[in-house]
Parts: sequence; structure tokens; C-alpha cells
Amino acid sequence: MGRYVARRLLQMIPVFLGTTFLVFMMVYSLPGDPIKAMFGDHAADPATVAHLKHQYHLDMPWWQHYPLYVWQLLHGDLGQTFGGVDVSQVLSQAFPVTIRLALLAFVIEIVVGLGLGLLAGLRRGKVADKLVLVFTLLVISVPVFVIGYICSTVFGITLAWTTPTVQDSNNLGQLLLPAFVLASLSLAYVARLTRTSLVENVRADYMRTAMAKGLPRRRIIVNHLLRNSLIPVVTFLGTDLGALMGGAIVTEGIFNVQGVGNALYRAIRASEGPTVVGIVSVLVIVYLISSLLVDLLYAVLDPRIRYA
Amino acid sequence: MTTIEKTNPAGNPAAADTAPLLEVRDLHVEFVTREGVAQAVNGVNYSVSAGETLAVLGESGSGKSVTAQTIMGILDMPPGRIAKGEILYRGEDMLKMSTEQRRRIRGQKIAMIFQDALSSLNPVLTVGYQLGEMFRVHQGMSKKDARAKAVELMDRVRIPAAKERVDQYPHQFSGGMRQRIMIAMALALEPDLIIADEPTTALDVTVQAQVMDLLAELQREYHMGLILITHDLGVVADVADKIAVMYAGRIVETAPVHQLYKNPAHPYTKGLLQSIPRLDQKGQELYAIKGLPPNLLRIPSGCAFNPRCEMAQDVCRTDVPALHRVTDADGAELVGRGSACHFWKETLRG
Ligand SMILES: Nc1ncnc2c1ncn2[C@@H]1O[C@H](COP(=O)(O)OP(=O)(O)O)[C@@H](O)[C@H]1O
Ligand code: SF4
Ligand SMILES: [Mg+2]
Repeated sequence: MGRYVARRLLQMIPVFLGTTFLVFMMVYSLPGDPIKAMFGDHAADPATVAHLKHQYHLDMPWWQHYPLYVWQLLHGDLGQTFGGVDVSQVLSQAFPVTIRLALLAFVIEIVVGLGLGLLAGLRRGKVADKLVLVFTLLVISVPVFVIGYICSTVFGITLAWTTPTVQDSNNLGQLLLPAFVLASLSLAYVARLTRTSLVENVRADYMRTAMAKGLPRRRIIVNHLLRNSLIPVVTFLGTDLGALMGGAIVTEGIFNVQGVGNALYRAIRASEGPTVVGIVSVLVIVYLISSLLVDLLYAVLDPRIRYA
Repeated sequence: MTTIEKTNPAGNPAAADTAPLLEVRDLHVEFVTREGVAQAVNGVNYSVSAGETLAVLGESGSGKSVTAQTIMGILDMPPGRIAKGEILYRGEDMLKMSTEQRRRIRGQKIAMIFQDALSSLNPVLTVGYQLGEMFRVHQGMSKKDARAKAVELMDRVRIPAAKERVDQYPHQFSGGMRQRIMIAMALALEPDLIIADEPTTALDVTVQAQVMDLLAELQREYHMGLILITHDLGVVADVADKIAVMYAGRIVETAPVHQLYKNPAHPYTKGLLQSIPRLDQKGQELYAIKGLPPNLLRIPSGCAFNPRCEMAQDVCRTDVPALHRVTDADGAELVGRGSACHFWKETLRG
């Protein structure tokens, strides 16, 4: 197990370098000159432009600039925005908001998704089951931003339970609606996966054995059925935590949440290479670590899986 | 194989321990499917006493497992449906008992061993947990004591290094060892009756005999009743006292084991016996009963076996044969023998 973890951690290095390089090159090849754009319609003083270009290493060819960037990154220096703010500071303001939003969505996904899945799976073929199937089908087939705008209009304007957009990104109550929207698709998947897994396992031979042993129904369901059925669900939830962070970017746009999505959007508009690469790198690391944790969790839950 | 001392060598019900432990009476079970109602069990009668082994024999699909599942109360309902019949445990109809009463019988009084031990054991729980669960649930034993009991049971079924292996998972055991764990689980609370549904079918030929011997030995030691379901005539000769042959959800012949081998009274049984590979017929093509078992949605009228029977006459296509008492040439009743064939006399003596 230790060797497996070490190998996986080592594998992260090329993946990390590869993704940062790709993103770096993409920003580099964006059309337009970011420094000139800073001056707007004003004529730029060539000396100042040259100075700024030098300051942001934009006068270097990419094969010099990228190694320099990685070198600075390894020393904890993420660079500066064109406005002179440290990228690390931008990240430290935006990430907590997004993490809060994603975690809130994650909790909603677990509670509601699992709840609906258990309801449908244990009452297979009944009304509750059919309602869950229709609801999840609807959520899966309608794009997230449509759901977002509908929710924002209905709950924020028509019913006025909350504001249509988020005024204070640190207020959990205000984040609730965006979190629901962010969680909606995953929640539908979790509900369906839970239901399918339950239905498959109910017919399993070991369930017949559990019955033949004269175990009480509750024990059969909790200790035997759920213990097996929830393995794929937990694995899905694990990988989904990373996906929620990425998905937050769209939801943040709809509800004007001042998180990573907003910061990234602005950075791309301004061709701020260091900011874009910094944000994406952190997202990549979050994703890599969470998928490693999921694999380890899987091995704990299912004794048949052993990593060597 | 070891020779087994029979409680009831003559297969005479009166010679066994007084009243039967379990008696199945005129049991009918059907499955409601998209295509129609499949009549899986159509009036099965059989009984087992303490210390007695009843072998239930028949091709796949003849309703052996469904009958067993109905006795255990683990039939899938729906699609299954008990249309008619009684299942008496110590004289009391289990089909009339409450769910809770039945649950208490399962595992404690009547236990079951399944064909495929790998899929029948829970893959994510240790064998110690699964064995110990019997004691924890039915006897309220502590986790620690239950684990000790599990080790004891594993020793009992001769699993080597039980103490070290008790915390392992089913997939870490070989097929034979897993089936021993199933046997241990069935044995845990020393039930009156064990139903073993093809307990050796999924095993390597080399371990089949070992597992069968173990089962027979434990049955004798605990003086339990045993219903041994199999489609393999070779398995039963050494262990069974009496045999019930099933075809299309009916018992077509019952007999003490040796009489059935020597002198079958039903053409279907005759066909089964002829299809056993024998050393003296090496090289010859193996006999097989022609045709296929009937579609349970449309069981042939009259004798269900008539489309495949070489002796069939017109009466076989119209009249359902009752289970006739079988007598010898002098008209003396052969105790425990019955045949559901219009021409059982001709079959027996022909
Ligand atoms: N859960 C089920 N649903 C529908 N049909 C079933 C079910 N279980 C068994 N059957 C039907 O009952 C018949 C008898 O099956 P079974 O008792 O398992 O035969 P066997 O003698 O091989 O053990 C089979 O032909 C099968 O089609
Ligand atoms: S009743 Fe007729 S068809 Fe059926 S087994 Fe006897 S002879 Fe054959
Ligand atoms: Mg079967």
C-alpha cells in the first residue's frame, strides 16, 4: 500500500507539469498584447511597455519563460497580476469561497442524492421510485445554467426567499441556492447510481444467505445490502468532489459569487498568464489528490481490491 | 468415501424417529412472468425425519431449488407465489406462521447450504463476522465471544489455521474451504434440519467427495435431518437413505436409495440411471434422455414426461398419473416406494 501511494504521488509530477505547461502555452498563444491592452485607448510609452514586458518576463521566449515560472513556483512564488497584486493573494481570497460553495454542494449531494436513491431502491417499482426516476431524468437532461437561471428567477425574484444573485460571498445562507444548483446534476447521478446498485445487490446470492440465516430485516439491509451497494456510490462521491470545484465556475457566473470561477474568468479576459496558470494548477492538484484518496478509500471499502 | 451408518437402512418412515421433522404436502408454487404463469412446483410431497437423508434428484429446472426456497421462506415473492400446500415443521404449518416466527426458525431450526459459496458469502465481510453473526443475532452473544465461536466452528469443519484465517474474507479461501464455511454457518446453531442445494456442484471433482463426507459425518453426529438436492445420481448413492425424483415440479418416484438404483419404477428414473457414465461402457456414447424438459408455461397434458417417454401410450397424454404405491411381484407393498407412472409395473419388471 505504501509503495502504491508513493508511486501515485510520483506519477502526479509529470501530470502536474504537463497540465501547467498546456495551460501556460494556451494563455501564451491568446491573441492580442496584454500590456498594450492595459493602456486602453491611450498611447503607450514604449519605454514603459518595454519595462513592464521585462517585469512580467513577456520579453522571453516561452522555452525560457516556462522553466522560470516552474522554478519560481517551486519556491512558492506564483507571480503577480498586472495590477501588481500577488497571485497567491488572489487565490487565497477566491479559493475559500469556492471551497465553501463546493462543500455545501457536496453535503447537499450526499444527503439528497443518497436519500432519493435509497428511497427509490428500497421501494422499487412503487410511486416514490417512479417520481425519483422522473425527477432525476429531468435534472440530467436540462443544462445546469438553465436550472441556475430558473432557480434564481423563481426563488430570488418570484418567491423572493433569497436574492437572485449573491451579495456576500462569505454568507452561507446566500450560498445555499447556488450550492443546490451546483449539486443538482451530481445529486441526480448519485440517486440513480444508488438505486441501480441497490437493485443489483438485492438479488445477490449473499442476500439470500443473509435471509436464510434468519437475520432481522433491518440488519440484512444495513449490514449486508448497504455495505455492498454503497461502494460504487462512495467512489463516485469521491471523484465528484474535484468535479464540483470545477463545476463551481459556471454556477459562480450565474450567481455572481466571488470565487475561483470569477477570478479565472477575469484573468482570462485580461490574458493574465500567471493568474490563470496558478488557479488551474491548484485545481489540478485538488483533483489529483482527491482521486488518489478515492482509490485508497475504495481499497478500504472493498477487501477484494488490493493495490500493490 | 467413508461408509455412512444409516439410521434408516430400509427407508421405512416408521423405522425413523417417530414423526417427521418436516413434511411438505401438495405444494404448488408458480411464478408470474411477462409471458404467463410458470408452474414451477406442482404438488410436491415429501418428508424428512431426524437423522434421515432425503436426496431430491432431477434435471435442472425441475423445481428442486424453488421447493427448498419455499421451505426456507426465502422465495422471491413476487414473482413467486405459493398457490397451495402446507409445509409442516414438527407438525405445525409454517406457511401460517408470522414473519417473526418463521425468522426464528430460519438458521436456528432449519438451515440451508447453497451451491455457489463464493457468491453466497458476503464479499465485504470477514468469514468470522459472518459466522459470528449467527450467535450475535440469535443468542445475543458479544462480538468477542461470537468470534471465538466462529474459530471453533471453523475448526469443527476442519479448516486449517482457523485462528489466523477467521479475519480473512471469502475470496481469500479456496472453493472447498468456502463451502466448509457455508457448512459451518449452517451448523452454527445446531439446527434440526439442513437443506443442502447442490452443495458440491460448483466444486472441483477432487474436493467434492471431501465436502460430501464432511456433511454426511456432521449430519450423523448431530442427528440432523438432511435434504440433499442434486442432479448428480453418483453423489447420493453413498449418503442418502431415500430418494425423491422430481420432474416438471412433481415427484415422479420415491424409493429407498438402493431399491431405486437396482430397480426403478419410473421411465424417467430409468433414463437418469442409464445416463450415468460407467466404467464397463467406456468408449461407448453416453445415453441421454431424448428431448428437453417441458416449458413450465405450457406443461404437457397427462403425464408431463410423455413427449420424451419411450413407453408412452394414449392414456399418458390425457390422464395425469397419481403417485402409485409400488408392490413387488407377489403384490406385497414395497414400503416407501411410489411411482407416478401409469405403467409402473411394466417399468419395474420390464
Ligand atoms: N425468481 C424466479 N422468477 C421466475 N422464475 C423462476 C424463479 N426462480 C425459479 N424460477 C423458475 O422455476 C423453475 C424451477 O427452478 P429451480 O427450482 O431453480 O430448478 P432446479 O430443479 O434446477 O433447482 C425454473 O424453470 C425457473 O424458470
Ligand atoms: S405415465 Fe406414460 S408417459 Fe408418463 S412415464 Fe409412465 S409411461 Fe411414460
Ligand atoms: Mg437448483
